[in-house]
Amino acid sequence: MTTRVALMATCLTDTLYPDTARAVVRLLERLGCDVEFPDAQTCCGQMHYNTGYRRQATTLARHTARTFDGYDAVVAPSGSCAGMVRDLYPGLHRSTVRVAGRTYELSEFLVDVLGVTDVGAYFPHRVTYHPTCHSLRMLGVGDKPLRLLRAVRGLDLVELPGARECCGFGGTFALKNADTSTAMLADKMQGVLDTGARVVTAGDNSCLMHIGGGLSRLNTGVRALHLAEILASTEEEPWVATR
Amino acid sequence: MGRNPVTWLGSPTFPSAARAALADTQLRGNLAHATGTIRTKRAAVVSELPDWERLRLAGEAIKDDVLANLDTHLTRLEAAVTARGGVVHWARDAAEANEIVLGLVRAAEASEVVKVKSMATAEIGLNEALAAGGVSAVETDLAELIVQLGDDRPSHILVPAIHRNRAEIRDIFRATMPGASPSLSDSPADLAEAARAHLRRKFLSAKVAISGANFAVADTGSVVVVESEGNGRMCLTLPRTLITVMGLEKVVPTWRDLEVFLQLLPRSSTAERMNPYTSVWSGVTPGDGPSEFHLVLLDNGRTATLADEVGRQALRCIRCSACLNVCPVYERTGGQAYGSVYPGPIGAILTPQLGAGTDDPSTASLLRSLPFASSLCGACYEVCPVRIDIPEVLVHLRSRSVTEKGPYTPEAVAMAAASWVMTSPSRFRLAQRLLGPLRLLARHGRVRRLPWPASLWTDSRDVPAPPKETFSAWWRRTRGPTSRASSGSRTRSRAPAPGRTAHSALWRRLRGRGTLPNDAGTAPPDTGAPLLGGAFADLVRRVRGGRRG
Repeated sequence: MTTRVALMATCLTDTLYPDTARAVVRLLERLGCDVEFPDAQTCCGQMHYNTGYRRQATTLARHTARTFDGYDAVVAPSGSCAGMVRDLYPGLHRSTVRVAGRTYELSEFLVDVLGVTDVGAYFPHRVTYHPTCHSLRMLGVGDKPLRLLRAVRGLDLVELPGARECCGFGGTFALKNADTSTAMLADKMQGVLDTGARVVTAGDNSCLMHIGGGLSRLNTGVRALHLAEILASTEEEPWVATR
Repeated sequence: MGRNPVTWLGSPTFPSAARAALADTQLRGNLAHATGTIRTKRAAVVSELPDWERLRLAGEAIKDDVLANLDTHLTRLEAAVTARGGVVHWARDAAEANEIVLGLVRAAEASEVVKVKSMATAEIGLNEALAAGGVSAVETDLAELIVQLGDDRPSHILVPAIHRNRAEIRDIFRATMPGASPSLSDSPADLAEAARAHLRRKFLSAKVAISGANFAVADTGSVVVVESEGNGRMCLTLPRTLITVMGLEKVVPTWRDLEVFLQLLPRSSTAERMNPYTSVWSGVTPGDGPSEFHLVLLDNGRTATLADEVGRQALRCIRCSACLNVCPVYERTGGQAYGSVYPGPIGAILTPQLGAGTDDPSTASLLRSLPFASSLCGACYEVCPVRIDIPEVLVHLRSRSVTEKGPYTPEAVAMAAASWVMTSPSRFRLAQRLLGPLRLLARHGRVRRLPWPASLWTDSRDVPAPPKETFSAWWRRTRGPTSRASSGSRTRSRAPAPGRTAHSALWRRLRGRGTLPNDAGTAPPDTGAPLLGGAFADLVRRVRGGRRG
């Protein structure tokens, strides 16, 4: 029997990183899942919640809970959005409790639910992995993303110095405390550049937008790429840059 | 209500103070070195204890019990201290505490007092209050002495001079320390020796000492101070009169409870298995140590904090500084940017609560800015020995800041608009499409400059150019809409109309047939013959900015 999975693309990935969400679809379908994309989905409310707009966050959470009601599993390619749903939804409203228990971050879903670490991927590049704060400390995904990456054929995984340190994104923190955020970003970029990797990957496009935005501004030639896109890449259908 | 000295008068908000601190290369270097070192050491000593997580749980549980029954524990403490010859005073706020202490010092006919490093006395601005009353207070902790001699402000709870390196300390000593040699070197041993000679004279001549307290055991009325340098032991034993100022929340019920904290505190703060000096005294003992002991129990915003169900966990804090040492924000801005004696993550949740209700507008702005001085990375919560969920309290206090500022700030209006857009799938899809023209500003797939407030991002990072087709548009084009799993009867979301044009009737017809041209501007290839030919598709393409098919 196939697992019916609802893809929670997240507002950021839907709008700015469609390749990531397409990669999730490709990957999960390759692994035998029946993927659906509930069309009414918008935003989980994390930005409002973390910036202190709890009432509006609750409205968005209730909309999200309604949208994803009834699926076996909800998978998000984002540690922070999955963390919002799983850790914080239960405290927001009685109608947002149920979806919390069925929501997974992508690497958790692959390793814990589908029970795979080798997803048949091929990605012949030197890669370093940044464990995003919410994946690491809120969800506790541990080394699951690394186990998935180690099983990718052709991939040269190099350890990121200071990996556990925040990249400085922090949602609206990046705007409200832009100077401090940039100082944190500078150190994260230095760590990435020290590895000599051509690609920095993570399980969250918000952090990758930050790290990648800095790497691009400095013309470092290092690409920030979501874990899903690496895992979706195969020898027959290798990953190609669309921009 | 007077000003609460927990914040420094005239301090700017966190973002602007941080900007200045970030530009100080000496400060950045000193801090990165110091926090990096202590962080590694702490991790090593914590990993030695297999039951560390259970110790944290125990610490949390004991403190929660103390806070839930504070009245009982404090009454027992007062009775036990009094029974052993001490005198207990209660101070509602900083002004009351300072007045009590100054009165006691005057009664002892002292014009100079020696001090053990204490956050409570720093919080109430005791040194300044004593100076105003003609009494000079001498800090005897080495780092606190460096701050005092340099006429500086502390930047760390445990190591207030963490922002100074040894060359700076040598210069401060040469310029301000009585008796310091003009040829004093910057070797740590020489600096320590100079401080030692200076302080020894003070210890031997002082009639009054003032301390804080790390813990007080209610059962026996015993007060505990833990320290590293031995200066505390000198202060606590040599002078005739000892005055201790202690926050209400420092009481613990029994000695067994103390055992938990004496394991948690040194490993978390100095990364030591055990701190070098632990001094414990119960009232007064004739012929041994001070003949007069006063315990000042300080509220100064604590009971108000206790009333907040989420915020009260900040009162579990045992002032170890582990959260400062791991905080990526603190590491880069240092402590002074927080405008308070309590910096770092704990300061960002403690200061706004202790200082709440201020009538000074600039202080209120600072207090509102502090809960935002965090990326919510959670490193602080991970190391906190009493498991204060600092990110949870930060977000809680952010809500309070937002409420205080009202619904008409640009941010509040933008947030309300964003929420209005995102509670409706059709409005969200329309907003996604309105981002499309941003592609015109993009070069090589990236946007490098945008007007305020987006410039706050683009000043230092690029933005990826919006794609030609969002994911949801791609899904609808290639897969068709998915209705909700639970209720197939519910209508799927409406696709947004292209504006109030003559086409609206046509769009309604198209929608009814399920062949609505999607975001890519072309009809799905598998829906049979399109209702209209290429002319309409061309029009749509032009209206929508020429997206690819």
